[in-house]
Amino acid sequence: MAGAKAIEGRTLVEKVAAKASGRADTRAGDLVTAEVDLCFAHDSSGPRRWGPMLAELGRGLWDPSKVVIASDHYVPAVDAESAAILSLTRRFAAEHGVGRFYDMEGIGHMLLAERGLVRPGMLVAGGDSHTPMAGAFGAYAAGYGATDMAAIAATGRTWLQVPATIRVEWRGALRGGVTAKDMMLFLCRELGMDNAFRAVEFAGPTVEAMSMPERLVLTNMAAELGAETGVVAPDATTFGWLREAGTPVEDEAAARAWASDPDADYEAVHRFDAGALPPMIALPHSPANSVAVAEAEGRRIDQAYVGACVGAKLEDLRMAARVLAGQRVAAGVRLLVAPASSRVTEAASRDGTLATLMAAGATLMPSGCGACAGMGAGLLADGEVCISTTNRNFKGRMGHAGAEVYLGSPYSVAAAAIAGRIVDPRGYLGQRRAAA
Amino acid sequence: MTPSPIGRAFVFGDQIDTDLLAPGHRMKLEPDALAAHCLEAVDPTFASAVRPGDFVVAGLNFGLGSSREQAAVSLKRLGVRAVIARSFARIFWRNAINLGLPAVTLAEADQITAGDRLSLDLEAGRLTNETQGRSYAFAPFPDHLTAMMRDGGLIAHLKRSAQPETGAAA
Repeated sequence: MAGAKAIEGRTLVEKVAAKASGRADTRAGDLVTAEVDLCFAHDSSGPRRWGPMLAELGRGLWDPSKVVIASDHYVPAVDAESAAILSLTRRFAAEHGVGRFYDMEGIGHMLLAERGLVRPGMLVAGGDSHTPMAGAFGAYAAGYGATDMAAIAATGRTWLQVPATIRVEWRGALRGGVTAKDMMLFLCRELGMDNAFRAVEFAGPTVEAMSMPERLVLTNMAAELGAETGVVAPDATTFGWLREAGTPVEDEAAARAWASDPDADYEAVHRFDAGALPPMIALPHSPANSVAVAEAEGRRIDQAYVGACVGAKLEDLRMAARVLAGQRVAAGVRLLVAPASSRVTEAASRDGTLATLMAAGATLMPSGCGACAGMGAGLLADGEVCISTTNRNFKGRMGHAGAEVYLGSPYSVAAAAIAGRIVDPRGYLGQRRAAA
Repeated sequence: MTPSPIGRAFVFGDQIDTDLLAPGHRMKLEPDALAAHCLEAVDPTFASAVRPGDFVVAGLNFGLGSSREQAAVSLKRLGVRAVIARSFARIFWRNAINLGLPAVTLAEADQITAGDRLSLDLEAGRLTNETQGRSYAFAPFPDHLTAMMRDGGLIAHLKRSAQPETGAAA
């Protein structure tokens, strides 16, 4: 059926799938065996689950140089069980010769980005659902469960059915106080979370104008859309970031080929105006329950959380600091800040961001998945209300099933921390914007 | 062929996520202890009431959220024969079949009611509701996945097969 249109263009994901499966061409729907370029896992999904399976198979890692392991879920250990998981992970990395093992240096997805480990055109398999974040570099990056990952770690291969691509085009400039996070909360509502076995491509002038940290928010939350991966075509911004990371792309012109052709066959194309978007808040218990902030205003909060792969990059901390400068967190509210990596913490301490946050009354937390994954410190009691820069607010995820989690941008979380209730963050930016 | 065993339907709604199936703050528990908390936030009696051979039936996007395989492991530990849903989240779907837990996509899953007696013929692609006297056809799995489930999951399949890879169609 599709074969009749022989000269039709290909999507970015179809091109990566073709390369990874050693074929001249693949189309959405093709079932292929693919060679993985980069295999990533963390302390929860990786060695503690791989170990018994590799032993059963009688195999080791197929290529330790293509394996990245980050201990980010149970860090730092809070009890004997989490300490045992971290210890096991260290031993595994040493015994299997994993050179790129990051032990409590930050959240794996952030490390892949900040260390420049993801290249355009790569097939990245990660043992975590937010692996699509790496797609911001023009890679086909998908999440897998532990058994799939153990098989990949042992063989370097997996099967995949090439996903159809949904293209999301954004035009217009975001208004002050509105961010990539707001775009994604909006998109979760518009497209729903049931886009399994599809890729989502983010494009258009708004995306082209975005920094890498903002693009990473888009591809990270492709996971919330249910997508297999999210992608952004590589461009000068991508190459600039990789140069800064110390891992420049040698042939930038060739790397630009990892983009969808103009006549690629999309399953759907959606167009949105970024200039019309207000700050968005996701109500409990789903990212798809998002509303304009005006509809959530007034909800009293107990905790404000700035954390996670999606919401605690240096730029996110700076957004929070811009709102919190010279302000104090409301009485009865706790503001927890868990920078996404130790490098983020270091940079935020150098440029004064951390001092601003601490002066406002924030509590500095370890770099890791922390409360977002329900495994670290900062969990919620029955009946408590939290507003968070994280990407998921499922019932019971951040502690007690009777807690409520609202999702928003770092601006919205910081503004709520000051007010003690959900408010429009733009009211907390005006003065500083005028001064700037 | 021996007749397919019959199990009872435990029915859930749309968007059953991985935090409902395997709560994050319980993830340090061993598999059987974690399974005791499976779906407790929406049905506190599920884990104690379900018996080996029973079915979980749900609506859209079953298993959305985390990649944590414990979501599927918990159902398997409880002896769930198969999950029948109108649609699945991709990672959960792969996890389930990798563990030999059939995840069957069936548009008519919403016709099944709690307690209905079901039987499943995986290779023929047929689900029968003995209580309602209805039978449904579903698209069979690709051959390599049927073979994998027959072997008891991906790791058992890899051990059996001469080829180390997961053996997709040519």
